Amino acid sequence: MSRPKLAVWKFASCDGCQLSLLSAEDELLTLAAEVHIAHFLEATREVAPGPYDVSLVEGSITTPADVERIQRVREISTTLVTIGACATAGGIQALRNLADVEAYRALVYAHPEYVQTLARSSAIAEHVPVDLELRGCPVEVPQLIEVVSALLAGRKPLIPTHAVCVECKLRGNVCVMVADGTPCLGPVTQAGCGARCPAFARGCYGCFGPMETPNPSALTDRLHAMGVDDPTLVRLFRTFNVDAPAFRTEARRREAIDAGADGRTP
Amino acid sequence: MRSGVMTPTALESLVLLLRDRGYRVVGPQVRDGTIVYDELASTAALPRGWRDVQAPGRAGLERRDDDALFGYAVGASGWKRELFPPRQRLWEAVSDGDASFHVVEAPEPDQPLAFLGVRPCELAAIGIQDRVFLHGLAEDRVYAGHRRGLLLVAVECHAPAATCFCTSIGTGPGLDVDADGVRAAGSAAHATTPAPAVPDLVLTELLDGEHRLLVRAATDEGDDLLAALEHREATTGDLAARAATLEAAQAAIDRHLEVDGLHDLLLGNLAHPRWDDVAARCLACTNCTLVCPTCFCSTTEDTTDLTGEHAYHERRWDSCFTLEFTHTGPASVRTSTRSRYRQWLTHKLATWVDQFDTTGCVGCGRCIAWCPVGIDLTEEVAAIRATDGREVTA
Ligand code: SF4
Ligand code: SF4
Ligand code: SF4
Ligand code: SF4
Repeated sequence: MSRPKLAVWKFASCDGCQLSLLSAEDELLTLAAEVHIAHFLEATREVAPGPYDVSLVEGSITTPADVERIQRVREISTTLVTIGACATAGGIQALRNLADVEAYRALVYAHPEYVQTLARSSAIAEHVPVDLELRGCPVEVPQLIEVVSALLAGRKPLIPTHAVCVECKLRGNVCVMVADGTPCLGPVTQAGCGARCPAFARGCYGCFGPMETPNPSALTDRLHAMGVDDPTLVRLFRTFNVDAPAFRTEARRREAIDAGADGRTP
Repeated sequence: MRSGVMTPTALESLVLLLRDRGYRVVGPQVRDGTIVYDELASTAALPRGWRDVQAPGRAGLERRDDDALFGYAVGASGWKRELFPPRQRLWEAVSDGDASFHVVEAPEPDQPLAFLGVRPCELAAIGIQDRVFLHGLAEDRVYAGHRRGLLLVAVECHAPAATCFCTSIGTGPGLDVDADGVRAAGSAAHATTPAPAVPDLVLTELLDGEHRLLVRAATDEGDDLLAALEHREATTGDLAARAATLEAAQAAIDRHLEVDGLHDLLLGNLAHPRWDDVAARCLACTNCTLVCPTCFCSTTEDTTDLTGEHAYHERRWDSCFTLEFTHTGPASVRTSTRSRYRQWLTHKLATWVDQFDTTGCVGCGRCIAWCPVGIDLTEEVAAIRATDGREVTA
């Protein structure tokens, strides 16, 4: 059997997820032996033409050209996997979705007329069907390797969708919420990182986005009772996954509560 | 069986003796602002002079004004981690080329375990997990491997936390040792009270006057160990001090879970509005089940490597709070948090009795303290009891 052809594509992103793949030092040679890395500009200028068996897509859709290009990528890919918070939820650049992009463009660029940009940064799945999403900012190498291994074996990839707390307890971390009162998004965030931040006594920043059945309002109600103010709670949900529906809705809800409490109109 | 009084220094001899005899000694120690159980090289690592302060969703440490070694209630995670590891590879299949392969079984544990500092409620929890893993239709190989040869040094409680309610269940705070065996002391047993796993030694830390430990052997191994340790006869004064300590511990526990009629109360209130109320607060984060010393649920995961030459079959802790837990056929059965919280509480306190003849809760309070939003099962049960809907819905 010939090796499956793999392509890696970049949209609006920082390249961190692609770099994660390159940093998979232990597995990279095996990976290259098992799949034909046919299109991976971050690694090599040599490109083999499509179609491709697997496409890994990094980045979000932010320009009219992106909208066109992702259609083309979908057409030439049998399996399309989005990698990272940008591709799965619009990324940190989706903060623009809350702002006036026209005003930014006029302010930042000397010739704004040359800059083609959309009002929103959006997830790949808003534009084309996606077969599997890998979360994280950046993605975790073991999850990338697991997906490729599963595709090679023709089995379902093992990508749990439960909370980070599960991994936190498996790892034997002491819960930072309970022991230190540190705000932690672990209970509303999807697992996959191995509860890395709590392992270093930090709260989870939610870089994997919402877990399977998120209840962020229960978490912020608790954090509020612990003394965390509303603007801080809003900011907690406005980072890498600002446009993921559960996080977006919760940030808005807390913003409205804040506005009400301040006597302003929500 | 021997009994006597020893100094904290003799406790160090016990740890050394156990290590000499080949045991991996696991005991309480301070880490990240709380008490955890981990490998113990010496009694110097014990949480000397610390007390734990626990409340719903809160757990911290405070300095005591004495040098108590066991002046706290229970550690963050129980002994379960050792006997029923969070992750365990069960076997690995290795390709021999063509279509053939061979299976490599996970190795048996190479060292027996000794637990130092097991609380009465924790002995009951081990008793419950013994029943689950060793007395079912098939003995669990992993659990049995760790449990076989396990040496237990129990310590009675003298500093219960605000989350403790062993007195409601009948599992603590003390332990009586006599010719009939070992039983919880300081609370009344109910029909559903679980029996403790039998400890080898039972310690009582006495802090009045000279800092000392009352030791009672409960098995031949315990007796043999005590014979090798420096100790003196217990005086009536020592025994009176133990009784006073136990009484004070019992009096210090004010959390209560009414177990009378609990089974029928919960199962008769499956449509109670309180389940919606708690579901609005619950994160479905699984913490309560993973810290619970009796929860035994696991899943098995099958993976392959990039080369396809190795396949792994691994077991890891699971929880009735995940969606995958009830994934049957095309979808999950318990999609609402309401149904998942209800599963947890009714299993712990009601259907566990149908399944294993005892309650599934030993009253350790971990699920209360380590719930990030402080959901308290004793409060949830009390709320349902206060508005029992059985007549209404019947
Ligand atoms: S530290 Fe965060 S992720 Fe870990 S158990 Fe606590 S809330 Fe969950
Ligand atoms: S249900 Fe809660 S209190 Fe009861 S044994 Fe489990 S963790 Fe302890
Ligand atoms: S309460 Fe849930 S996790 Fe615990 S043993 Fe029962 S079903 Fe399993
Ligand atoms: S009761 Fe608490 S610990 Fe348990 S799943 Fe709900 S929020 Fe998590």
